[in-house]
Amino acid sequence: MIFGAILAGGSGTRMHISSMPKQFLPLDNKPIIIHTLEKMLMCSKIDVIYIGVNPAWLGHMSDILEKYELDYDKVIVVPGGKSRNDTIFNIIAEIEKTYGENDEHIIVTHDAVRPFVTLRILDENIENAITYGACDTVISAVDTIVVSQDAEQIDSIPDRAKMYQGQTPQTFKINLLKSLYKELKPSEKNILTDACKICVMKGAPVKLVKGNSSNIKITTISDYNIAKVIVGSDIVEAEEKEH
Amino acid sequence: MINYIYQLTSPQFFSVKYVDIDINKKVIVRPRYMSICHADQRYYLGNRDLKVLNEKLPMALIHECCGQVVMDKTGQFQPGQLVVMIPNQPANSLDVLPGDDSADLTEGHNIFYENYRSDSKFLSSGADGFMREFVDIAPDRLIPFEDIPLQTAAITEFVSVACHAVSRLMKVAHNRRENIGVWGDGALSYVIATVLRATMPKSKIYVIGKNQRKLSRFSFVTKTFLTYNIPKDFKVDHAFECVGGEGSPDAINDMIQYANPQATLMLMGVSENRVPINTRLVLEKGISLIGCSRSGRADFESAISLMATQRVRRRLSSIIYEDAPVKNFDDMHRAFAADLNTPFKTVFEWKV
Repeated sequence: MIFGAILAGGSGTRMHISSMPKQFLPLDNKPIIIHTLEKMLMCSKIDVIYIGVNPAWLGHMSDILEKYELDYDKVIVVPGGKSRNDTIFNIIAEIEKTYGENDEHIIVTHDAVRPFVTLRILDENIENAITYGACDTVISAVDTIVVSQDAEQIDSIPDRAKMYQGQTPQTFKINLLKSLYKELKPSEKNILTDACKICVMKGAPVKLVKGNSSNIKITTISDYNIAKVIVGSDIVEAEEKEH
Repeated sequence: MINYIYQLTSPQFFSVKYVDIDINKKVIVRPRYMSICHADQRYYLGNRDLKVLNEKLPMALIHECCGQVVMDKTGQFQPGQLVVMIPNQPANSLDVLPGDDSADLTEGHNIFYENYRSDSKFLSSGADGFMREFVDIAPDRLIPFEDIPLQTAAITEFVSVACHAVSRLMKVAHNRRENIGVWGDGALSYVIATVLRATMPKSKIYVIGKNQRKLSRFSFVTKTFLTYNIPKDFKVDHAFECVGGEGSPDAINDMIQYANPQATLMLMGVSENRVPINTRLVLEKGISLIGCSRSGRADFESAISLMATQRVRRRLSSIIYEDAPVKNFDDMHRAFAADLNTPFKTVFEWKV
C-alpha cells in the first residue's frame, strides 16, 4: 500500500508572528495544511494519509478537517514526535499497527508547510520509490553554494552544476527505511536533519525527483508573505528555463 | 487546494497562475490527454488581432481534452471515471435544446443552441482552457466514456463540432441529400466526412481539396477531387466548408457554383478577413448559408455514441499524431511546434 505522511509536528517557533504553528496559518482563507492535504487527496495512488501533528494541536487538526469536509476515513491524525524523524517513525508505527509490516509498503513524507506541491511530483515520487526504494525531491541550485567550516571564511566552492536544493516529498519503502535507521549509531541519529540522510549515511541509493521552484516551504514571515502574494493575486511566476 | 493553471501570457510564452479552488462544489478532473486546435495554435503563434490578444491573454489554452475524475462531492461521478470535458459553459448550465418550451425563455434558452448563446463562455477563448493541473467543472459539463482510447477521446470536442454541423444540416436542409460535398482536406473535413458516412450512409460524399496526399487519406468517401480538377457536371445537394483562412473565398465560391438549387452550405472555417462571395448566384439558386461553430452537450453525447463503433474509432485514430508526454514548459513549446508539422491532429499526454 501507499501511505501519505504529512509532517506537521512543528510548533511554529521560527515564525514569531503567531502563537499558532505555521501549518495552521491561513493562506487564501484556508489553513496551509488543508491546501497540502487536499493536494495529497488528489493523488489516487495514495491509499491512506496520516497527519503527524504536535500533540497540543491534535484537537484543532480534527476540527479543521471537519470544517473543510475532509474528515474521511482515509485521513488519520496521529501525534507527532520531537523531531522530524520521530514524527515519521510515529506514523510508521501507526501504519503497521493497522496494516502490518510489508516489504511493499511505501511512505510519501511531505512537509505540511509545502502546499504548492504538484500531482506530478507526488506521482513521480511514488514511481521512483517503487523502483529504487527511496527518492528525494530536489531542484537545481540557483545560487552558488559556499562551504565554510568556521562561518568566517570560505573553505570551498563546489561545482554548482552538482548542487541541488532538497524539497519534499521524500518517499521510501517503509521496511528499507526502518532497517537502515536501526543500523545507525546514536551519534549518527543525532545529526540527522531529514529522512533521506538515513539512506545516504548507510549507502542506500536515493533517486532524485525533479521538484518545482514554486514548491516552497513556508517557514519564515517572508515565505508566508510570498505564498500569500502567489495565491492572492494575479502576480505570476515567470516561465523558467533549464540552466 | 492550490491549483496550477498554465497560461499563455503572450505569444510563445507560458507562465503559471496559482488559484485556490474549492474541491467541495464541483467535480475535480485530472486532464489526461489533450489535443491542439487551430484556434489554440493561432493564440500560441500570435496570429490574432493584437487587440484580441490583449483582451484574451493571459489565458490557458486547449479545449479538446479527456480526463479522469479525481473527486466528486456532488456524487454523480466515481473517482477514476473517464470523462470528456465540455468547454462551452452556459451561464445557466442547463442544457436545453431548441424547441423545448419548458425551458427558461429569458436568455432564449429554448431558441438558441447553448454554443451560440450570448451568456455562454468558452474555455480557451475568454476563459482558461484545460491546461491546468486539475479542472474544477460542473457535473453537467462532463460526459463519461469507456472503451475509447484516451488519444481518440481527446478529440471528442472536435468530433462533436462535426456532429453539431451535421445535425444542423439534417434539421434545416431539404430532403434531397444524395450528393454531399465537403470542401477542405484537413482534419475538420476528415471528421465531417466520418460523421456523414456514419449518419447518412446512403449519401454520396465528395471531398474537394488542394493536397493529393492528404486527400488520399479519405479512403471511405465516394470520391475526392483536386480543386482545379472538379468535373464540369459535378453538383452537390448540400455542402460543408472546412477551409477557412486565405482559402475561404475560393472554397465558398466553388461551393456556390457547384451547388444545386436551394442547397444548404454549412460554413465552418474561420477567416480573419472578410470574404467576398458571389451573392448573385446565392440569390439565383436560393442557397442557404449557415454559420456553424463549436458544440454543446447533445453533440458531445452524439460524438461519444459514434465513437463507440470500432470502425469510427479506427478511422479517427488514423488522423491522430501522438506527441511525447508534456511534463513541463519546454514540452508545451515542443508540442505546439510539433503540431505545425502535423497534417491533422496532435494529441499529447498531460503529465505536468
